[in-house]
Amino acid sequence: MKSRFTNYIVTLAVFVALLSLTSCGYNTLQSQDEIIKASWSEVVNQYQRRADLVPNLVSTVKGYATHEKDVFEVVTAARAKVGSVTINADQLADDEAFKKFQEAQAGMSSALSRLLAVAENYPNLKADASFRDLQAQLEGTENRIAVARKRYIDSIKDYNVTVRSFPSNLTAKWLGLTIKPNFTVEDEKSISKPPTVTF
Amino acid sequence: MLMLVGLILRAPLCTAEELNAIPEFTGHVVDTIGLLKSDQRQTLEQTLAQYQSTKGSQIAVLIVDSTAPEAIEAYAMRVAEMWKIGRKGTDDGVLLLIARKDRSMRIEVGYGLEGSLSDIVSKRIIEDIIVPHFKAGDFNRGIVDGVAAILRVVDGEKLPPPTAQTNPNSAINAILISIFFGVLLGNRSSSKRLGIFGAGAIGFLAGLLMISFWGGVALGIFAAFAASLLLLSNDIGSGGGRGGLIHGGSRGWGGGFSGGFSGGGGGGFGGGGASGRW
Repeated sequence: MKSRFTNYIVTLAVFVALLSLTSCGYNTLQSQDEIIKASWSEVVNQYQRRADLVPNLVSTVKGYATHEKDVFEVVTAARAKVGSVTINADQLADDEAFKKFQEAQAGMSSALSRLLAVAENYPNLKADASFRDLQAQLEGTENRIAVARKRYIDSIKDYNVTVRSFPSNLTAKWLGLTIKPNFTVEDEKSISKPPTVTF
Repeated sequence: MLMLVGLILRAPLCTAEELNAIPEFTGHVVDTIGLLKSDQRQTLEQTLAQYQSTKGSQIAVLIVDSTAPEAIEAYAMRVAEMWKIGRKGTDDGVLLLIARKDRSMRIEVGYGLEGSLSDIVSKRIIEDIIVPHFKAGDFNRGIVDGVAAILRVVDGEKLPPPTAQTNPNSAINAILISIFFGVLLGNRSSSKRLGIFGAGAIGFLAGLLMISFWGGVALGIFAAFAASLLLLSNDIGSGGGRGGLIHGGSRGWGGGFSGGFSGGGGGGFGGGGASGRW
């Protein structure tokens, strides 16, 4: 009879412990962490999509603007850098890697805008059907990047709030979870602007 | 110091800039500024409602004056996220957004249609089909031709066939309300007073209520069934209960076919599509 009672107490204790885990935000932390990972993959995915457009874009512009060698070099270098600086979802807490990734992508953005500024000087290029299509794809991709980044920022916000607020902060501390870096303020400003690709 | 004061003074002005409210998703065509004549709007509404019932894809048109202070892309995304155009899981919604004062427009494409209605195709529909009409001042023609082009493209996409829409939330509401009515009516009336006809009438009433509120076939049947079950449990004759089921069920079918606009189906968007100006 006594062992039965002990069994009962142990079961109850385990049950209460499980309950307190859920109420202390353990599940919330886990699911929000997964959401961050998923939204980060989407960000990377869309940046990759942009990088994939570059070779076609360069070769199309080259067909009309043969003398703009330095711009092509800048774009090619930026694309190579973007290809080498990758960051996966597990490294997101690493400030340094995150910063490097952002810098590489920002380099790609500015190289692309230089390329498009050059294109502005060639009316025949602007009228070219395949260039128009590439322009549409680039615009769409820039917009997808903006959307993916916004969703990533929101998911980080949700997570950081959980990590900081009581009582889930105790669970987070116990699990060794800390707040994660987000896109910096200058970036947030730039993404709230329209993703324009003007010619 | 002066600069600091200036910064503090300026701060509220920066944050005071509020985003434009998003109109309610009341139909396939939401025209907040009366750009289309009412018969033009109705024709377009019918086309899109018909398309949704045969193909399953939900295509919506929103006409606003301006999206300022946001760019049309950001505004369109907020609309898409709020309206949830298209079916959940299939993500086959499309939004055609027109901002008259900004002279800008956007085709926002759901995840499921990004393959056929790609950025390139969307851009061509805007530039080659819609913009020429808009430049000539013929908004109706531009929108109608643009929508027709979108429908043609979406037609090429293999999508699951449309099914009767049942929103889980409405289903729960329907269950709760039918239980409420069942208990209320069941307790108030004894079996002797009501008899077979009374129970049938209550079942019929419950079914009718569900249909008029939510317009679903399955819901109508379910409500009638739930009502008759409750009546049964309240000691009213079994014949009466079955009568209720049959009556309510048959009305449910009628309601399902003539059902009104049920809003977005939960479709997801990721920023695909194209924008243009005229």
